[in-house]
Amino acid sequence: MGLVHKSRIKSPWIVHFDCSSCNGCDIEVLACLTPVYDVERFGIVNMGNPKHADVLVVTGAVNRRTARVLKKVYDQMASPKMVIAIGACACSGGVFHNCYNVQGGVDTVVPVDVYVPGCAARPEAIIDGVVLALNKLAGAAPKEVASS
Amino acid sequence: MRETLIAVITLVVAPLIGGLLFGIDRKITARMQRRVGPPILQPFYDILKLIGKDRIVTNKAQLIWAYGYLFFVMASLIMLFLGQDLLMLVFVLAFGGISFILGGFSTKSPYSHIGANREIMQMVSYEPVLILMAVGVYLVNGSFIIKDIFTKTPLLVNLWPIFIAVLVILTIKMRKSPFDISTSHHAHQEIVKGITTEYSGPYLALIELTHWYELILVLGLISLFWATPLWIGILIALGSFILELFVDNISARMYYAWMVKFTWGIGLTLCVINIVWLLLVKQGVI
Repeated sequence: MGLVHKSRIKSPWIVHFDCSSCNGCDIEVLACLTPVYDVERFGIVNMGNPKHADVLVVTGAVNRRTARVLKKVYDQMASPKMVIAIGACACSGGVFHNCYNVQGGVDTVVPVDVYVPGCAARPEAIIDGVVLALNKLAGAAPKEVASS
Repeated sequence: MRETLIAVITLVVAPLIGGLLFGIDRKITARMQRRVGPPILQPFYDILKLIGKDRIVTNKAQLIWAYGYLFFVMASLIMLFLGQDLLMLVFVLAFGGISFILGGFSTKSPYSHIGANREIMQMVSYEPVLILMAVGVYLVNGSFIIKDIFTKTPLLVNLWPIFIAVLVILTIKMRKSPFDISTSHHAHQEIVKGITTEYSGPYLALIELTHWYELILVLGLISLFWATPLWIGILIALGSFILELFVDNISARMYYAWMVKFTWGIGLTLCVINIVWLLLVKQGVI
Protein backbone atom coordinates (compact mmCIF):
# COMPACT_ATOMS: atom_id res chain seq x y z
CA MET A 1 0.00 0.00 0.00
CA GLY A 2 1.58 3.23 -1.15
CA LEU A 3 1.83 6.44 0.84
CA VAL A 4 -0.65 8.25 -1.39
CA HIS A 5 -3.08 5.36 -1.17
CA LYS A 6 -2.86 5.34 2.62
CA SER A 7 -3.42 9.10 2.77
CA ARG A 8 -6.48 8.76 0.56
CA ILE A 9 -8.18 6.68 3.26
CA LYS A 10 -7.08 9.05 6.00
CA SER A 11 -8.40 12.24 4.47
CA PRO A 12 -11.79 12.01 2.76
CA TRP A 13 -13.15 15.48 2.11
CA ILE A 14 -16.89 15.49 1.56
CA VAL A 15 -19.18 17.72 -0.43
CA HIS A 16 -22.81 17.54 0.58
CA PHE A 17 -25.47 17.90 -2.10
CA ASP A 18 -29.18 18.16 -1.29
CA CYS A 19 -31.23 16.89 -4.25
CA SER A 20 -34.76 17.40 -2.96
CA SER A 21 -34.48 16.26 0.61
CA CYS A 22 -36.96 17.14 3.36
CA ASN A 23 -33.85 18.36 5.34
CA GLY A 24 -34.14 15.47 7.78
CA CYS A 25 -31.06 13.71 6.41
CA ASP A 26 -29.28 17.04 5.86
CA ILE A 27 -29.52 17.81 9.55
CA GLU A 28 -28.17 14.35 10.36
CA VAL A 29 -25.23 14.86 7.97
CA LEU A 30 -24.42 18.17 9.62
CA ALA A 31 -24.81 16.54 13.05
CA CYS A 32 -21.84 14.31 12.15
CA LEU A 33 -19.67 17.40 11.97
CA THR A 34 -20.59 18.63 15.46
CA PRO A 35 -18.41 17.99 18.54
CA VAL A 36 -20.66 15.07 19.60
CA TYR A 37 -19.72 12.87 16.60
CA ASP A 38 -16.66 14.88 15.43
CA VAL A 39 -15.88 13.21 12.11
CA GLU A 40 -12.81 15.45 11.75
CA ARG A 41 -10.96 12.91 13.89
CA PHE A 42 -11.01 10.65 10.81
CA GLY A 43 -9.82 13.54 8.67
CA ILE A 44 -13.30 14.11 7.22
CA VAL A 45 -13.89 17.76 6.36
CA ASN A 46 -17.01 19.29 4.83
CA MET A 47 -15.64 21.18 1.82
CA GLY A 48 -18.61 22.73 0.02
CA ASN A 49 -16.57 22.75 -3.20
CA PRO A 50 -16.81 19.73 -5.53
CA LYS A 51 -13.40 20.53 -7.04
CA HIS A 52 -11.72 19.91 -3.68
CA ALA A 53 -13.84 17.00 -2.46
CA ASP A 54 -13.38 13.22 -2.64
CA VAL A 55 -16.74 11.99 -1.41
CA LEU A 56 -20.09 13.22 -2.73
CA VAL A 57 -22.77 12.84 -0.07
CA VAL A 58 -26.25 13.05 -1.58
CA THR A 59 -29.53 13.32 0.31
CA GLY A 60 -33.06 13.26 -1.08
CA ALA A 61 -34.71 11.80 -4.17
CA VAL A 62 -33.56 13.02 -7.57
CA ASN A 63 -36.16 15.09 -9.41
CA ARG A 64 -35.97 16.33 -12.97
CA ARG A 65 -34.58 19.70 -11.90
CA THR A 66 -31.80 18.49 -9.64
CA ALA A 67 -30.69 15.60 -11.88
CA ARG A 68 -28.56 17.77 -14.17
CA VAL A 69 -27.13 19.73 -11.21
CA LEU A 70 -26.13 16.47 -9.51
CA LYS A 71 -24.47 15.31 -12.73
CA LYS A 72 -22.59 18.59 -12.98
CA VAL A 73 -21.37 18.44 -9.36
CA TYR A 74 -20.24 14.83 -9.90
CA ASP A 75 -18.39 15.72 -13.11
CA GLN A 76 -16.55 18.59 -11.41
CA MET A 77 -14.99 16.28 -8.83
CA ALA A 78 -11.50 14.95 -9.50
CA SER A 79 -10.98 11.16 -9.48
CA PRO A 80 -10.75 9.03 -7.39
CA LYS A 81 -14.19 9.90 -6.09
CA MET A 82 -16.95 8.17 -4.15
CA VAL A 83 -20.70 8.71 -3.96
CA ILE A 84 -22.72 7.97 -0.83
CA ALA A 85 -26.53 8.05 -1.01
CA ILE A 86 -27.95 8.95 2.41
CA GLY A 87 -31.49 8.14 3.44
CA ALA A 88 -34.32 6.13 1.91
CA CYS A 89 -35.11 8.82 -0.70
CA ALA A 90 -31.55 8.98 -2.02
CA CYS A 91 -31.35 5.18 -2.14
CA SER A 92 -34.54 4.49 -4.04
CA GLY A 93 -36.80 7.53 -4.17
CA GLY A 94 -38.41 6.59 -0.86
CA VAL A 95 -41.96 7.77 -0.25
CA PHE A 96 -41.65 10.10 -3.24
CA HIS A 97 -40.75 7.27 -5.69
CA ASN A 98 -43.97 7.59 -7.74
CA CYS A 99 -44.32 11.40 -7.75
CA TYR A 100 -44.68 12.89 -11.22
CA ASN A 101 -41.47 14.95 -10.92
CA VAL A 102 -39.25 12.34 -9.24
CA GLN A 103 -36.78 10.24 -11.24
CA GLY A 104 -35.89 7.90 -8.40
CA GLY A 105 -32.74 7.28 -6.39
CA VAL A 106 -29.33 8.88 -6.88
CA ASP A 107 -28.19 5.82 -8.88
CA THR A 108 -30.40 6.89 -11.77
CA VAL A 109 -27.93 9.74 -12.44
CA VAL A 110 -24.50 8.90 -11.00
CA PRO A 111 -22.89 5.59 -9.89
CA VAL A 112 -23.41 5.10 -6.15
CA ASP A 113 -20.79 3.33 -4.02
CA VAL A 114 -22.57 3.10 -0.67
CA TYR A 115 -26.25 3.21 0.25
CA VAL A 116 -27.11 4.36 3.77
CA PRO A 117 -30.76 3.52 4.51
CA GLY A 118 -32.97 5.19 7.10
CA CYS A 119 -35.56 7.91 7.37
CA ALA A 120 -33.79 9.93 8.50
CA ALA A 121 -30.43 8.11 8.49
CA ARG A 122 -28.78 8.28 11.92
CA PRO A 123 -25.36 9.95 12.23
CA GLU A 124 -23.89 6.61 13.34
CA ALA A 125 -25.20 5.00 10.16
CA ILE A 126 -23.75 7.84 8.08
CA ILE A 127 -20.31 7.48 9.68
CA ASP A 128 -20.59 3.72 9.09
CA GLY A 129 -21.38 4.43 5.43
CA VAL A 130 -18.32 6.66 5.05
CA VAL A 131 -16.16 3.95 6.62
CA LEU A 132 -17.59 1.41 4.17
CA ALA A 133 -16.79 3.77 1.29
CA LEU A 134 -13.23 4.19 2.54
CA ASN A 135 -12.78 0.45 2.79
CA LYS A 136 -14.00 0.15 -0.76
CA LEU A 137 -11.41 2.75 -1.71
CA ALA A 138 -8.77 0.68 0.12
CA GLY A 139 -9.74 -2.33 -1.99
CA ALA A 140 -11.40 -4.56 0.62
CA ALA A 141 -14.58 -6.43 -0.25
CA PRO A 142 -17.67 -4.95 1.48
CA LYS A 143 -18.58 -8.32 2.98
CA GLU A 144 -15.32 -8.63 4.88
CA VAL A 145 -15.85 -5.16 6.32
CA ALA A 146 -19.40 -5.91 7.41
CA SER A 147 -18.36 -9.07 9.24
CA SER A 148 -15.28 -7.58 10.90
CA MET B 1 28.63 26.04 -1.45
CA ARG B 2 27.59 26.59 2.15
CA GLU B 3 24.83 28.95 1.02
CA THR B 4 23.47 26.39 -1.46
CA LEU B 5 23.40 23.82 1.33
CA ILE B 6 21.48 26.20 3.61
CA ALA B 7 19.00 26.96 0.81
CA VAL B 8 18.38 23.24 0.11
CA ILE B 9 17.95 22.43 3.81
CA THR B 10 15.53 25.37 4.15
CA LEU B 11 13.41 24.19 1.25
CA VAL B 12 13.23 20.62 2.60
CA VAL B 13 12.78 21.26 6.31
CA ALA B 14 10.49 24.32 6.21
CA PRO B 15 7.41 22.52 4.81
CA LEU B 16 7.88 19.66 7.29
CA ILE B 17 7.80 22.08 10.22
CA GLY B 18 5.04 24.14 8.60
CA GLY B 19 2.83 21.09 8.05
CA LEU B 20 3.45 19.90 11.60
CA LEU B 21 2.51 23.34 12.96
CA PHE B 22 -0.74 23.29 10.99
CA GLY B 23 -1.44 19.79 12.35
CA ILE B 24 -0.89 21.05 15.89
CA ASP B 25 -3.12 24.01 15.02
CA ARG B 26 -5.98 21.70 13.99
CA LYS B 27 -5.54 19.54 17.10
CA ILE B 28 -5.50 22.50 19.50
CA THR B 29 -8.46 24.13 17.74
CA ALA B 30 -10.40 20.86 18.07
CA ARG B 31 -9.54 20.60 21.76
CA MET B 32 -10.69 24.19 22.31
CA GLN B 33 -14.03 23.20 20.75
CA ARG B 34 -14.17 20.06 22.96
CA ARG B 35 -13.57 17.72 20.04
CA VAL B 36 -10.98 14.98 19.67
CA GLY B 37 -9.57 16.40 16.47
CA PRO B 38 -7.59 14.86 13.61
CA PRO B 39 -4.13 13.31 14.05
CA ILE B 40 -1.24 15.77 14.09
CA LEU B 41 0.03 14.42 10.75
CA GLN B 42 -3.34 15.19 9.09
CA PRO B 43 -2.02 18.06 6.86
CA PHE B 44 0.51 15.60 5.35
CA TYR B 45 -2.23 13.04 4.65
CA ASP B 46 -4.29 15.79 3.02
CA ILE B 47 -1.48 16.98 0.78
CA LEU B 48 -0.41 13.44 -0.23
CA LYS B 49 -3.99 12.59 -1.09
CA LEU B 50 -4.31 15.77 -3.17
CA ILE B 51 -1.12 14.90 -5.05
CA GLY B 52 -2.61 11.49 -5.95
CA LYS B 53 -5.77 12.96 -7.45
CA ASP B 54 -6.61 13.68 -11.08
CA ARG B 55 -5.18 16.82 -12.67
CA ILE B 56 -8.01 19.15 -13.67
CA VAL B 57 -6.96 22.55 -14.97
CA THR B 58 -9.22 25.37 -16.11
CA ASN B 59 -6.42 27.15 -17.98
CA LYS B 60 -2.64 27.15 -18.18
CA ALA B 61 -2.18 30.73 -16.96
CA GLN B 62 -3.62 29.71 -13.61
CA LEU B 63 -0.92 27.06 -13.24
CA ILE B 64 1.87 29.47 -14.03
CA TRP B 65 0.59 31.86 -11.36
CA ALA B 66 0.33 29.00 -8.84
CA TYR B 67 3.94 28.00 -9.52
CA GLY B 68 4.92 31.68 -9.38
CA TYR B 69 3.36 31.99 -5.94
CA LEU B 70 5.33 28.97 -4.71
CA PHE B 71 8.57 30.16 -6.35
CA PHE B 72 8.49 33.70 -4.95
CA VAL B 73 7.59 32.59 -1.43
CA MET B 74 10.42 30.01 -1.57
CA ALA B 75 12.78 32.73 -2.80
CA SER B 76 11.90 35.08 0.06
CA LEU B 77 12.25 32.23 2.57
CA ILE B 78 15.75 31.47 1.25
CA MET B 79 16.58 35.18 1.48
CA LEU B 80 15.51 35.14 5.12
CA PHE B 81 17.62 32.08 6.01
CA LEU B 82 20.66 33.36 4.13
CA GLY B 83 20.38 36.64 6.04
CA GLN B 84 19.98 38.91 3.04
CA ASP B 85 18.19 42.20 2.44
CA LEU B 86 14.98 42.57 4.48
CA LEU B 87 13.44 45.22 2.21
CA MET B 88 14.09 43.07 -0.87
CA LEU B 89 12.50 40.11 0.93
CA VAL B 90 9.32 42.11 1.48
CA PHE B 91 9.18 43.03 -2.23
CA VAL B 92 9.79 39.43 -3.38
CA LEU B 93 7.04 38.28 -1.03
CA ALA B 94 4.75 40.90 -2.58
CA PHE B 95 5.45 39.35 -6.01
CA GLY B 96 4.31 36.02 -4.59
CA GLY B 97 1.09 37.56 -3.30
CA ILE B 98 0.44 39.22 -6.66
CA SER B 99 0.96 35.87 -8.45
CA PHE B 100 -1.64 34.27 -6.21
CA ILE B 101 -4.11 37.09 -6.91
CA LEU B 102 -3.56 36.90 -10.69
CA GLY B 103 -4.09 33.12 -10.44
CA GLY B 104 -7.45 33.84 -8.85
CA PHE B 105 -8.35 36.36 -11.55
CA SER B 106 -7.27 34.11 -14.43
CA THR B 107 -10.38 31.91 -14.11
CA LYS B 108 -13.96 32.75 -14.91
CA SER B 109 -15.43 31.69 -11.57
CA PRO B 110 -17.08 34.62 -9.74
CA TYR B 111 -16.15 33.05 -6.39
CA SER B 112 -12.51 33.02 -7.39
CA HIS B 113 -12.82 36.69 -8.39
CA ILE B 114 -14.41 37.67 -5.08
CA GLY B 115 -11.62 35.80 -3.27
CA ALA B 116 -8.95 37.52 -5.38
CA ASN B 117 -10.50 40.94 -4.71
CA ARG B 118 -10.43 40.25 -0.99
CA GLU B 119 -6.84 38.99 -1.25
CA ILE B 120 -5.95 42.37 -2.76
CA MET B 121 -7.50 44.08 0.26
CA GLN B 122 -5.43 41.81 2.49
CA MET B 123 -2.25 42.83 0.67
CA VAL B 124 -3.27 46.47 0.98
CA SER B 125 -3.54 45.84 4.71
CA TYR B 126 -0.28 44.01 5.37
CA GLU B 127 2.21 45.37 2.84
CA PRO B 128 2.65 48.86 4.44
CA VAL B 129 3.24 47.30 7.85
CA LEU B 130 5.92 44.94 6.47
CA ILE B 131 7.67 47.79 4.65
CA LEU B 132 7.57 49.99 7.76
CA MET B 133 8.98 47.07 9.72
CA ALA B 134 11.95 47.02 7.33
CA VAL B 135 12.28 50.81 7.77
CA GLY B 136 12.23 50.40 11.56
CA VAL B 137 14.95 47.74 11.39
CA TYR B 138 17.00 50.12 9.23
CA LEU B 139 16.62 52.97 11.72
CA VAL B 140 17.77 50.75 14.60
CA ASN B 141 20.59 48.86 12.88
CA GLY B 142 21.62 51.20 10.08
CA SER B 143 21.18 48.51 7.43
CA PHE B 144 18.51 46.35 5.84
CA ILE B 145 20.72 43.25 5.89
CA ILE B 146 19.23 40.50 8.08
CA LYS B 147 22.68 39.15 9.05
CA ASP B 148 23.39 42.41 10.89
CA ILE B 149 20.37 41.86 13.15
CA PHE B 150 22.16 38.90 14.74
CA THR B 151 25.08 41.01 15.91
CA LYS B 152 23.12 43.81 17.61
CA THR B 153 20.89 44.07 20.68
CA PRO B 154 17.40 42.50 20.26
CA LEU B 155 15.06 44.53 18.08
CA LEU B 156 12.12 44.06 20.42
CA VAL B 157 13.58 46.62 22.85
CA ASN B 158 13.21 49.45 20.36
CA LEU B 159 10.60 48.08 17.99
CA TRP B 160 7.88 46.63 20.23
CA PRO B 161 5.04 48.73 18.70
CA ILE B 162 6.01 47.40 15.24
CA PHE B 163 6.14 43.88 16.74
CA ILE B 164 2.47 44.21 17.77
CA ALA B 165 1.60 45.33 14.23
CA VAL B 166 3.47 42.31 12.79
CA LEU B 167 1.44 39.98 15.06
CA VAL B 168 -1.69 41.26 13.27
CA ILE B 169 0.02 40.48 9.95
CA LEU B 170 0.61 36.92 11.19
CA THR B 171 -3.17 36.50 11.55
CA ILE B 172 -3.74 37.73 8.01
CA LYS B 173 -0.98 35.53 6.58
CA MET B 174 -2.18 32.43 8.43
CA ARG B 175 -5.69 33.12 7.08
CA LYS B 176 -7.22 32.98 10.54
CA SER B 177 -10.26 34.73 12.01
CA PRO B 178 -11.02 37.63 12.09
CA PHE B 179 -9.08 38.07 8.82
CA ASP B 180 -9.82 34.81 6.95
CA ILE B 181 -11.81 36.57 4.27
CA SER B 182 -10.20 35.58 0.94
CA THR B 183 -10.03 31.86 1.70
CA SER B 184 -10.39 29.99 4.94
CA HIS B 185 -9.65 26.66 6.56
CA HIS B 186 -12.88 26.69 8.52
CA ALA B 187 -15.63 28.24 6.41
CA HIS B 188 -15.38 26.03 3.35
CA GLN B 189 -18.94 26.81 2.33
CA GLU B 190 -18.51 30.57 2.23
CA ILE B 191 -17.72 31.85 -1.27
CA VAL B 192 -16.82 28.21 -2.05
CA LYS B 193 -13.31 28.65 -0.60
CA GLY B 194 -12.74 31.94 -2.38
CA ILE B 195 -9.49 32.41 -4.26
CA THR B 196 -8.67 28.66 -4.31
CA THR B 197 -12.06 27.66 -5.79
CA GLU B 198 -10.68 26.67 -9.18
CA TYR B 199 -7.60 24.81 -7.95
CA SER B 200 -8.03 21.07 -7.51
CA GLY B 201 -5.93 17.99 -6.87
CA PRO B 202 -2.14 18.46 -7.10
CA TYR B 203 -2.48 22.19 -7.73
CA LEU B 204 -4.43 22.69 -4.51
CA ALA B 205 -1.61 20.76 -2.84
CA LEU B 206 0.80 23.29 -4.37
CA ILE B 207 -1.14 26.19 -2.84
CA GLU B 208 -1.24 24.40 0.52
CA LEU B 209 2.53 23.78 0.38
CA THR B 210 3.11 27.48 -0.34
CA HIS B 211 0.93 28.28 2.64
CA TRP B 212 3.26 26.19 4.86
CA TYR B 213 6.31 28.01 3.51
CA GLU B 214 4.55 31.32 4.16
CA LEU B 215 3.82 30.38 7.78
CA ILE B 216 7.50 29.57 8.38
CA LEU B 217 8.49 32.83 6.68
CA VAL B 218 6.25 35.00 8.87
CA LEU B 219 7.25 33.10 12.03
CA GLY B 220 10.88 33.60 10.96
CA LEU B 221 10.30 37.34 10.59
CA ILE B 222 8.78 37.40 14.10
CA SER B 223 11.73 35.49 15.58
CA LEU B 224 14.07 38.16 14.12
CA PHE B 225 12.76 40.48 16.81
CA TRP B 226 14.89 38.64 19.36
CA ALA B 227 17.78 37.32 17.28
CA THR B 228 20.46 37.27 20.01
CA PRO B 229 20.16 34.55 21.25
CA LEU B 230 17.92 33.10 18.56
CA TRP B 231 16.18 30.49 20.72
CA ILE B 232 14.32 33.25 22.59
CA GLY B 233 13.16 34.57 19.21
CA ILE B 234 11.94 31.11 18.20
CA LEU B 235 10.09 30.79 21.51
CA ILE B 236 8.48 34.21 20.90
CA ALA B 237 7.44 33.05 17.41
CA LEU B 238 5.91 29.83 18.77
CA GLY B 239 4.18 31.81 21.52
CA SER B 240 2.64 34.16 18.99
CA PHE B 241 1.55 31.11 16.95
CA ILE B 242 -0.34 29.74 19.98
CA LEU B 243 -1.76 33.22 20.68
CA GLU B 244 -3.00 33.25 17.09
CA LEU B 245 -4.95 30.03 17.69
CA PHE B 246 -6.70 31.64 20.66
CA VAL B 247 -7.52 34.74 18.59
CA ASP B 248 -8.81 32.49 15.81
CA ASN B 249 -11.15 30.61 18.12
CA ILE B 250 -12.56 33.56 20.05
CA SER B 251 -13.23 35.92 17.15
CA ALA B 252 -15.68 35.98 14.27
CA ARG B 253 -14.87 36.67 10.63
CA MET B 254 -14.96 40.40 9.87
CA TYR B 255 -15.86 42.47 6.85
CA TYR B 256 -12.89 43.37 4.61
CA ALA B 257 -13.31 47.15 5.12
CA TRP B 258 -13.03 46.56 8.87
CA MET B 259 -9.76 44.71 8.28
CA VAL B 260 -8.28 47.64 6.34
CA LYS B 261 -9.50 50.09 8.99
CA PHE B 262 -8.02 47.96 11.76
CA THR B 263 -4.62 47.32 10.20
CA TRP B 264 -4.21 50.87 8.96
CA GLY B 265 -5.78 52.52 12.00
CA ILE B 266 -3.95 50.55 14.69
CA GLY B 267 -1.13 48.71 12.89
CA LEU B 268 0.13 51.59 10.77
CA THR B 269 -0.30 54.08 13.62
CA LEU B 270 1.85 51.90 15.88
CA CYS B 271 4.49 51.65 13.15
CA VAL B 272 4.52 55.41 12.46
CA ILE B 273 4.68 56.31 16.17
CA ASN B 274 7.58 53.88 16.58
CA ILE B 275 9.48 55.31 13.61
CA VAL B 276 8.90 58.94 14.64
CA TRP B 277 10.08 58.08 18.14
CA LEU B 278 13.23 56.39 16.76
CA LEU B 279 13.94 59.47 14.61
CA LEU B 280 13.46 61.81 17.58
CA VAL B 281 15.85 59.71 19.66
CA LYS B 282 18.36 59.81 16.81
CA GLN B 283 18.09 63.60 16.54
CA GLY B 284 18.69 63.87 20.27
CA VAL B 285 15.32 65.54 20.95
CA ILE B 286 14.31 62.97 23.58
